Order: sequence, then C-alpha cells, then structure tokens
Amino acid sequence: MLAYIVRRTAYGFVVVLGVLLLLFALFFLYAEPIEMARRAVGEKAPPEVLEQWVVNHGYDKPTWWNAESPADTMLVDHFRSMLTFDFGRSDADDSPILERIRTGMGPSLALTLPIFTFGVLLGVGLSLFVAYFRETYIDRMGVVLCVLGMSLSILLYIIGGQFLIGKTLRWFPISGFDTSPAVVLRFLALPVLVGLVEGLGGSVRFYRTVFIEETGRDYVRTARAKGCGDGRIMARHVLHNAMIPILTRVVVSIPFLFTGSLLLESFFGIPGLGSMMVDAIHGNDFATLRAMVYIGALLFIVAQILTDIAYTLVDPRVRLS
Amino acid sequence: MSLAEPHVISNIVVALLLAGAVAIFATARRSDLWRQAGRELIRRRPIAIVTITLFVCVALLDSVAWVGGGAGGGNALEQSRPRSVIDRMFAPDFKEKSYSAPLADVEFYGGADLTHPGSHLLGTDILGRDVLQLTLKGARVALLIGGLTSLIVIPLALLMGISAGYFGGRIDDIVFFVVSTLASIPTLLLLIALIMALGHGPVQVCVAMGVTGWVGFCRIVRGETFKLRELDYVQAARALGVSEVGIILRHILPNLMHLVVITFVLLFSGLVLSEAILSYLGIGINGSWGQMIDQARDELARDPIIWWNLVAASTALFALILSVNFVGDAVRDILDPKTLGERR
Repeated sequence: MLAYIVRRTAYGFVVVLGVLLLLFALFFLYAEPIEMARRAVGEKAPPEVLEQWVVNHGYDKPTWWNAESPADTMLVDHFRSMLTFDFGRSDADDSPILERIRTGMGPSLALTLPIFTFGVLLGVGLSLFVAYFRETYIDRMGVVLCVLGMSLSILLYIIGGQFLIGKTLRWFPISGFDTSPAVVLRFLALPVLVGLVEGLGGSVRFYRTVFIEETGRDYVRTARAKGCGDGRIMARHVLHNAMIPILTRVVVSIPFLFTGSLLLESFFGIPGLGSMMVDAIHGNDFATLRAMVYIGALLFIVAQILTDIAYTLVDPRVRLS
Repeated sequence: MSLAEPHVISNIVVALLLAGAVAIFATARRSDLWRQAGRELIRRRPIAIVTITLFVCVALLDSVAWVGGGAGGGNALEQSRPRSVIDRMFAPDFKEKSYSAPLADVEFYGGADLTHPGSHLLGTDILGRDVLQLTLKGARVALLIGGLTSLIVIPLALLMGISAGYFGGRIDDIVFFVVSTLASIPTLLLLIALIMALGHGPVQVCVAMGVTGWVGFCRIVRGETFKLRELDYVQAARALGVSEVGIILRHILPNLMHLVVITFVLLFSGLVLSEAILSYLGIGINGSWGQMIDQARDELARDPIIWWNLVAASTALFALILSVNFVGDAVRDILDPKTLGERR
C-alpha cells in the first residue's frame, strides 16, 4: 500500500516535469522574445525599449546551455521559478504574479465552491430520480432535456441569464463584486445559478448512465429478491456501488475550483483567477499564463494521485490487483 | 489565375476531402454490418440526419469560390475578391451602413433609407452586413473546426494508441507518459496556452484543438488494442506468419473502426462549443457563430435591444450541436456491442 503511494507520487512528479518541459517549449522556444516585447510594450515602441523589456524579463539568456555559468539559462530559470513557486512579475504590468494569484483565489472559490457543491448534490439527486424511473416517459424526458441543455453554448447561458434575470426581471445585479459578505451574496447569486444550470445537463446524463449500469447488476436482483424496496435499493445499494465513477468525476473537477471559471468571472466582473487569465490572454501576458497553466496542471496531478489512492481505500478489487 | 491563390487551395482541399469522404462511404457500404448500422441510424434519427446534411451542403457550397463571373455592380475591389456559391445567392454589394431590423425598409438608428429595403430576411449587423448570409457562412467555419481537427486527432490517436497497445514495453511507456502529461493540464488552459504560443488563425486553432483532443481517444485505442492483441484470431494470424503490420492493418484496425466513428461524432460537438468559448476570449476563428454571439452580447444592453444577430447565430449553433448530439447518442447505441442485444 505504502509502496504504491510512493510509486504513484513519484510518477506524478515526473509528469510535473513533463508539463514544465512542454510549457518551456511553448513559451520560450516557440514564441520570439522580441515579438512578445512588441506585444507587451506596444507596436511602435523604440528598439531600445523593446530590448530593455527582454532583458528585464530574462528572455535574453541562452536557451539551453550557458558555457560560462551553466545555471544561468532560461531552461534552468524556468524550472527553478516554477518548482519554487517564485513566478516573478507579469509581462504586461510588472505586478508580482504570486501576489495576484493569492488575492484572486478568494473570489474564485466564492464562485466555484457553491457551483461545485450544489452541482454534485443536484446532479446525483436528479440522476437518481431519473434512473429510478428508467424506461418510462420521465426518464426519456430527462435524457432529452439533458441533451438540450448540453447543446447550448455556455455563452448563451450567461447572456440569457444576464438578460432575463438581471435586466428584465431585475432580481439580481447583472455583474460586480464587493468585499462585504452581505453584498457579495447578491452579486454571486446570478453567476452561481448560471454555472449550476449550465453544468447540470452533462452531469445528470453522466450519473444516469452510471446508475443505469449499476441497476443491471446481480446484487440489485438479490436485494429485490430479499424484499428490498426500489427506493431503498437506489439509495443504499446502487448509490454506494456507483461511488467510484462519481468520485472520479468529482475529484477531476477540483482544480477548476481554484482556476475558476474563465467565462463566468469575466462576464460577471468577479476579480478572481479566471478574470486574471482573461486579462493575461488579452494582454499577451505570457509569464502569468505560464504560471496559471502550471498551477492548474499541478492541482490536477495532485487530485489524480489522491483519486487513485482513494480508489484503493474504497474498492477492494483495486487494492488486491 | 495561379494555383497558389488561397481560394484555389481551399477549393482543392475541399475537393480532396469530399473525394475521401465518398471513398470511405463506398468502402463502408460494401460491408453488411456498416450498411445495417447506417440504415438503423437513419431510421432512428431522421430529422437530425437531415439537419446535419443541410449544414454540410451549405458549408460545401460556401467552400467553392471563384473570382468574377456576373458579380455586376460593385467596385473593382469587390470584383477581384473570390465569392463562394453562397455569396452569389445574395445580390452583390448586399450591404447597408449599419443595423437594420429584419425585413425593415429603414435603418434601425436614424431611419435613413436602406439600399436594399425589405430584403434582409434577418436584418443587418453593426457593419451593415446581412445576418442571414453571415449565419450561413458560419456553417463552413463550424465544419472546418470539426473536420480539420478530427483529421489531426484520429490518425494521431490511432497511430500512438495502436503502437502503444500492440507493441507494449518501451513504446507503451513513452506514449503513456506523453498522454498523461498532456492529460494532466486542464483542457481549456492547455488550449489557451497552445493558441497563445502558436498564434491566432483557423489552422492554429484547429492544431491546438487537435493536440488537446487526441489524448482521450488515444487512451481508448490503447486499451482496446491491448484486449484485441490477446484474442485467438490475432494469435492464429501470428502463428501463420502474418507480419506485425499485416496483423495491425487486417485484424486490429478494422475492429477499432466503430470507436473511430463514435469518437468523431462525440468530439465534434465539443470542438464547436469550445471554439465559441475561444471566440469570447478573442482567440477564436473569424466568421464563426461563436464570434457572432460574442459581438452580439453588447447589443442586448442597447435600448431598444438588437436581437436578430444573437438569435440567428445561436439558433444555427444550437441546431447543429443538438443534431450532432442526438446522432452521437444513437451511433453509440448502435455500434456499441454491449447494447447490440437490446436492438432486436
């Protein structure tokens, strides 16, 4: 068991190194430093200013190998800064990146945590309901509604939500954010609602498939034979045995809690990490993008390791093999 | 006219793709199982199939373009620009100065007379372009996203997945490492990073989507090849002295084809929806429905609101994705051996 955890973690670390190598290839080998300077400073900036920018951000160093001092290359700098979380300054406005990530995490979590929690509860609940009525009209209606919901672009959910609830009905403000908790709730209500509804179609359909597959198993027939009611079978036996696929889906979406929802934050003016990403895209801020992608990947890798370890705790079959 | 003109190249690419599609279709028709599956699909989802066919026809018509030929009117610049069949269905110079409501005779703001009164079925956008024409042209972009990306994803995933699953050992280790590295970066973040590094443009966006998209399919192919490799008929072929390449082409690949079809359909809608998100972030493809929706979001804040742009683009997007999703469900049910019994 311990050997497995150690092996799994070691492999996770190797994958982190792979991610860093990929990011290096993308942001240092492919993108020209002088071109990045031109995008960050401005098209018409004089050459001296551009060169100064390149030197300031460390893009002038040798890429792979420096004969005079081997540790002073972009490759080494990249790995060192990422692995020690010393992300340096933004390419666009020279603000410290780590500081901004720290301040942005709160608003992001305030938005994504409710969406995540209610999303899982509502998704599992509704799909249990639909699966309970399998092969009836309720089930068929449910599936059609799910497919309809999945076919709408998230842009339409946001635009529609803002227009209908924010502008026409005036239940909640269209966008904005505040530091005082009481006001923030009013601002968060609409984006949380939109995020919840947007994800529901896909998750209900996924969980439904899982539950339907489980209801075909032998233990369900046994439970029925010994006189268990349908509702009890669903709530006790099927739900318990479906925990593995549910767990996988839940854990895999944890990193998005931190990176936030790009579109929701940007549309609703929430100053979280998602907005930060969008600003970085518009400002060609490669340093910030690199840090954000790295953090997203890191969280994802940690989450996957935790899932794999959780499997061995939940499912004896995994533990024995 | 030289062969290097962009519209000539695009015409040739479309012709090649069409020839490829016809060849695949003809091959599939010869097999009884595929013909049966096709008939079953049409029986189950007639409306969705017709809708998709319509979109494909519009996209094809918009892909064939040439210069000159009865453009009439217009200035010299308009004359020298290649126009597709779809463009030629509308009057040349079918433009106004700014917004006009559907079938209106006057401009939306100001009320000046239109050049083409009462003839813009879905109105015009902020630059005075006909919304119906733009919406029809969006079909080509949507199919380009799905088609071009699939051309990258499917061969790449098949190559890597089969070699990993069939040969195992060191090759499997390398492929698995590449796959887990790519899969450990959240898709949207990787997509953004790739496009920022590669640059903006339709081909770059499709390549970026291809790089993020092949990973999942590669895993499926690898697992399935792993299973197929151990089956009796593959062992028998090996004992008879069939070469490795021969076994892969004759015995492994055909048995993965149902997965290719399922993946293609399911991948398609996801790609078109992601492009809409990229459009909002300003790194999408010009002329896509996502871009139209993105432009339209400010128009709802105006008073009185301008709705036709948003409604046209989102209806087209929704209709295509919905049809593809419905077909995808049916395709999965029909081709999945696990549910084969239920069909009868």
